[in-house]
Amino acid sequence: MKRKKNKVNRLEPAIQEAGPVSSYPASLKEIDTHYCSGCGHGIVHRLICEVVDEFGIREKVIGVAPVGCAVIAYDYWDFDVTEAAHGRTPAVATGIKRVRPDNIVFTYQGDGDLAAIGTAEIIHTANRGENITVIFVNNGVYGMTGGQMAPTTLAGQKTDTTKSGRNLRREGYPIKILEMMAVLPGVKYLERVSVHSAQEVIRAKRAIKKAFKTQIDNKGFSMVEVLSMCPTYWDMTPIQAADRIKNDVSTFYPIGVVKSY
Amino acid sequence: MGRKVLMCGNDACGEGAMLAGCTFYAGYPITPQNELTAYMAKRMNETGGVFIQAESELAAINMVFGAACAGVRAMTSSSSPGISLKQEGISYLVGCELPCVVVNMQRGGPGLGNIAPAQGDYFQAVKGGGHGDYKLIVLAPSSVQELLEHTYTAFGLADKYRNPVLILGDGLLGQMMEPIQLDMKRPVTHVEKPWALTGCKGRKSQFIRSLFLAEGALEEHNKKLQEKFKTIKASEVRAETYYVKDSRILLVAYGSVARTAKASMDKAREKGIKAGLIRPISLWPFPDKAIRDLAGPGKKFLVVEMSAGQMVEDVMLAVNGASEVDFYGRMGGGIPSEKEILEKIEALV
Repeated sequence: MKRKKNKVNRLEPAIQEAGPVSSYPASLKEIDTHYCSGCGHGIVHRLICEVVDEFGIREKVIGVAPVGCAVIAYDYWDFDVTEAAHGRTPAVATGIKRVRPDNIVFTYQGDGDLAAIGTAEIIHTANRGENITVIFVNNGVYGMTGGQMAPTTLAGQKTDTTKSGRNLRREGYPIKILEMMAVLPGVKYLERVSVHSAQEVIRAKRAIKKAFKTQIDNKGFSMVEVLSMCPTYWDMTPIQAADRIKNDVSTFYPIGVVKSY
Repeated sequence: MGRKVLMCGNDACGEGAMLAGCTFYAGYPITPQNELTAYMAKRMNETGGVFIQAESELAAINMVFGAACAGVRAMTSSSSPGISLKQEGISYLVGCELPCVVVNMQRGGPGLGNIAPAQGDYFQAVKGGGHGDYKLIVLAPSSVQELLEHTYTAFGLADKYRNPVLILGDGLLGQMMEPIQLDMKRPVTHVEKPWALTGCKGRKSQFIRSLFLAEGALEEHNKKLQEKFKTIKASEVRAETYYVKDSRILLVAYGSVARTAKASMDKAREKGIKAGLIRPISLWPFPDKAIRDLAGPGKKFLVVEMSAGQMVEDVMLAVNGASEVDFYGRMGGGIPSEKEILEKIEALV
């Protein structure tokens, strides 16, 4: 009994920081989720809403939703959102931010959207130092289209298009976007986080908050890469998927701040 | 008397946009429209508007998408190969019902082609170009003055119908210089945009999308778009005619080559040939009724284009077998001369 109490006490500051999870943030609509069980998108959606509410910027935010599993993100968020063509998300965000610099503009992109079809847009948006925030959800697979290889798929990982596992000689290497972007002077804040455990979720929220703060303070381009679970196309239970991030994914994609101002 | 200045077509196009209150331009270098990009860079800098030299045509059209979402008058321009790249974005703009102006100073194709004037992008412009069932309002100026005026008009039309408007010029129009009148007689039309994304202060949150997943929802959205296109077709047809009442030979030409065709028509008239000219100004909606009304026994149509024959198909549809329809075209930067067209007219008599 005493031991149990101590355990709760150790977690208490973190839980307090996270706030009550039994209620919805004002920016998050109370609708049923379309995401698979164990998927990380719902957590990331919520974290963005919590951050938006804590900054009191719900009425100033304009989100840009990607093509991918999060294509209907606007169904969840109770602030202004537009869709964007696959990968062109940062270009759309650039257009919005340039004509409405007082609004807070962010993109929400998956690894296919950001690290494959939209590579040119993300690099050049970052290089121009656009004062926007990018939330990059990396689950190493194309979820919406049925589990094909993503640019971020790990070596040996089996997908719908790499049946025997990603072969580095044949399919190339998993891409580390944050590390590539760190060298660009227009980029002010980069952090990689994960949502595979309560503790990591709390860290992820801190990073998202820092990224939005970067924009609010008019510092320039900010981006958070969130390692996220896809139990469906990893062919795992949600718990196995969380363990995989802890043991494998975060080994290749190290969690932590990549660049800060 | 208003201001009269000597300007090249690309600059006049840019000035038409500025007069219409365009505050956002994104573009990527490609010949023969580079003067327009440079002009917008200069003018946006002078007026506090936004100019972005994008990393690609794809990025440029999607930056315009973003600016249009946020409710401002936005434009991009390019030439044939670059316009091909913009097609995905244009389809999204139509699907999301976002207004903008796109300028195509056509050059020779297919592929990289050359940088000489051509009209090979007519099908792409008027039949869709990108994926899905959609139409653009397509305006075809035939002078530097018209480039200014049609670009000015295009912004009003785009906002009115929440649809992209395409200015279909060519390298000849874009790069030639003519004296033009800069003053606009019509005031800038101001259109309220309650649908724009501005942050949800004082109203419910809203979103912009072309994605409709619920059963039947996309069909409903398409029906709504088609209704809009029907309204545009009924209200926005523009064409000019010369001597069509008594003509036996009716030339049909648009854009820069319409001017050559008009010169050939004048020469034919001097020779006693009853020739006339129909110059479609809106390529979509196409002036098919004006053409149909002129068709009949004893009349022949001659369509002249800088292409292998694209608009001629729409003329044939309009004429619907009531008259013979002939075609003369040059491709890959070849420009039909006054003499060539005249010879063709004489051969038809």
